[in-house]
Amino acid sequence: MPILEVKNLRVSYHTYAGEVKSVRGVNFTLEKGEALAIVGESGCGKSVTAKSVMGLIKAPQGEIKSGSEILYNGENILNYNKKQWQNYKGGECAIIFQDALAALNPTMKVGKQIMENLIAHKHMTKAEAEKEAVEMLRLVGIPEPEKRAKQYPHQFSGGMRQRVMIAIAFACDPKILICDEPTTALDVTIQGQILDIIKDLQHKNDTSVIMITHDLGVVANIAQKIAVMYSGIIVERGTCEDIFYKPRHPYTWALIKSVPRLDLENKQELATIQGTPPDLLNPPVGCPFCTRCEYCMPICKEQMPEYTDFGSEHAAACWLHHPLAPKVEMPNLEGGN
Amino acid sequence: MQNKEVLFSIEHLKKYFNVGRDAILKAVDDVSFEIYKGETLGMVGESGCGKTTCGRTTIGLYDKTDGKVLFKGKDVHAMTGKEKFAFKKNVQMVFQDPYSSLNPRMTVADIIGEGIDIHKLAKNKKERQEMIYKYLELVGLNKEHANRFVHEFSGGQRQRIGIARALAVQPEFMVLDEPISALDVSIQAQIVNLLIDLQKKMGLTYLFVAHDLSMVKHISDRVAVLYLGTLVELTTSEELYKNPVHPYTKALLSAIPIPDPKIEAQNTKIRLQGEVPSPINTKAGCKFAGRCQYSKDICEKQMPQLKDIGNNHFVACHMCSGDIK
Repeated sequence: MPILEVKNLRVSYHTYAGEVKSVRGVNFTLEKGEALAIVGESGCGKSVTAKSVMGLIKAPQGEIKSGSEILYNGENILNYNKKQWQNYKGGECAIIFQDALAALNPTMKVGKQIMENLIAHKHMTKAEAEKEAVEMLRLVGIPEPEKRAKQYPHQFSGGMRQRVMIAIAFACDPKILICDEPTTALDVTIQGQILDIIKDLQHKNDTSVIMITHDLGVVANIAQKIAVMYSGIIVERGTCEDIFYKPRHPYTWALIKSVPRLDLENKQELATIQGTPPDLLNPPVGCPFCTRCEYCMPICKEQMPEYTDFGSEHAAACWLHHPLAPKVEMPNLEGGN
Repeated sequence: MQNKEVLFSIEHLKKYFNVGRDAILKAVDDVSFEIYKGETLGMVGESGCGKTTCGRTTIGLYDKTDGKVLFKGKDVHAMTGKEKFAFKKNVQMVFQDPYSSLNPRMTVADIIGEGIDIHKLAKNKKERQEMIYKYLELVGLNKEHANRFVHEFSGGQRQRIGIARALAVQPEFMVLDEPISALDVSIQAQIVNLLIDLQKKMGLTYLFVAHDLSMVKHISDRVAVLYLGTLVELTTSEELYKNPVHPYTKALLSAIPIPDPKIEAQNTKIRLQGEVPSPINTKAGCKFAGRCQYSKDICEKQMPQLKDIGNNHFVACHMCSGDIK
């Protein structure tokens, strides 16, 4: 049984302008010890999906629509009572945010912020928790952890703060770790260090990871499975190899093509995706990518495509794979137009 | 590039900031390089390495502490009056954040028109209007956008307005300070293509400041790598990526994840230990010495000079200048 199963997740935000349908029917499964990456541009609903799994969608603005299911070990967390939520958040499922300075409490010593978690979930005494907190800081590679545990977040650098976040997240051996753009605000050399720590701890504790990012390099580094999101739906999902070497959705093609490659020698023009993503206040009836898609057909504008299965969990939602559609070859993904 | 005409010549430029009692932040510390007409010089490095300060001091937005910046042979920081006015028309800047760098209370037409008015580039109102439309179309927007306000645009469109604003005074040289890092991947490609296209059409020279090395490789002719205010390596972009010499450049390039899982799996990465030290009151010697695995005694004591190791490949490292590699 997969550790996490998300079925038909739909999330809306109520704003003064109307209802923003951020997530519009997302399905995925996460096995134990596996890393799933959710990729997409800003506003595609990847963070909202992650927040729903963590139980961070706040009413009344945010609303998880009825019919959505998030099954953790077979149990729907959306039906949890307060006590169960408390156990789940931080204990079973932990999250690392992009902006560590905003996520950490500025008026609290970092050691204490780790201890809080340990006392609440592992029922440790204060002295035990203190020892464990220092141990956690050592584990994520912070030098002089005894001294650093008594300092405040503003005394840490960006990379060090992100390590503290990881220490807090891993303190209670969570079964699921959600990383919401954990390295976007960091420099490349520090990004490498942080990814190494996450991977290392993941393998040691057999944790399942959901990695939210827009950086395809990070995805290739860490993920086993990938879900590509566009305007609130998963347009393609599959293993890392499937998505990078045999992508089936025009949006995935465009996404891969628009990133310049360091290891390849090409100076031709970068492939671009024309236009901008649709407005989720009034999401289109048909395929959301149709206005920017070079293979757009009349049906794309009228009806949402079903998933076509390519075996071993690889599926894409695109009309091009309908038996009646014209055959389109995958373009060369390595070099521009 | 044959018969390269030097547009900017930066000689031993230093820019220090006083940050409290006895604390000096050496943002740019003895940097020398040249910018040739018509080229794109990429400038990369981690945050706090002084790349933005270097760009801003070059065009005179900051006063220098020491050294010289020559624009077509004239000292930028010694210019006054009309000369300075003309210089400011020739150099323009595009900023990182398209949200805070455009005035929210001005229409797009006024933002673009402001430079045209100041430098009296249009004879009458009609010509001014036509020029504004021309630049809007040049950057991929259209006439209808002229009377709107900035908040009505997306990030990518705002960056286009920022570029149109800079182009409106017909500059020769533009400092692009992280123009794409606030944008989404698919939009980044649009802006980079636009910049390359404009350069071809108008014969512009760019100083492209960024921390995204893959984009810098794509757009630049030559790349300068900065570390803690010093220039550690400068060469053509192909040479830099094929044959990096300085240990810092090697580590920086190896740290970038490549969007290909097979390559990522086999790639043996060089992982730097620790973080970039504080640029306040730095020690003598090579600034990278503390994190460098090849560091020897001499590195701690003496600052290495930028040396040509052949093929216009400049490196500042005691261990790899000349034939020691």
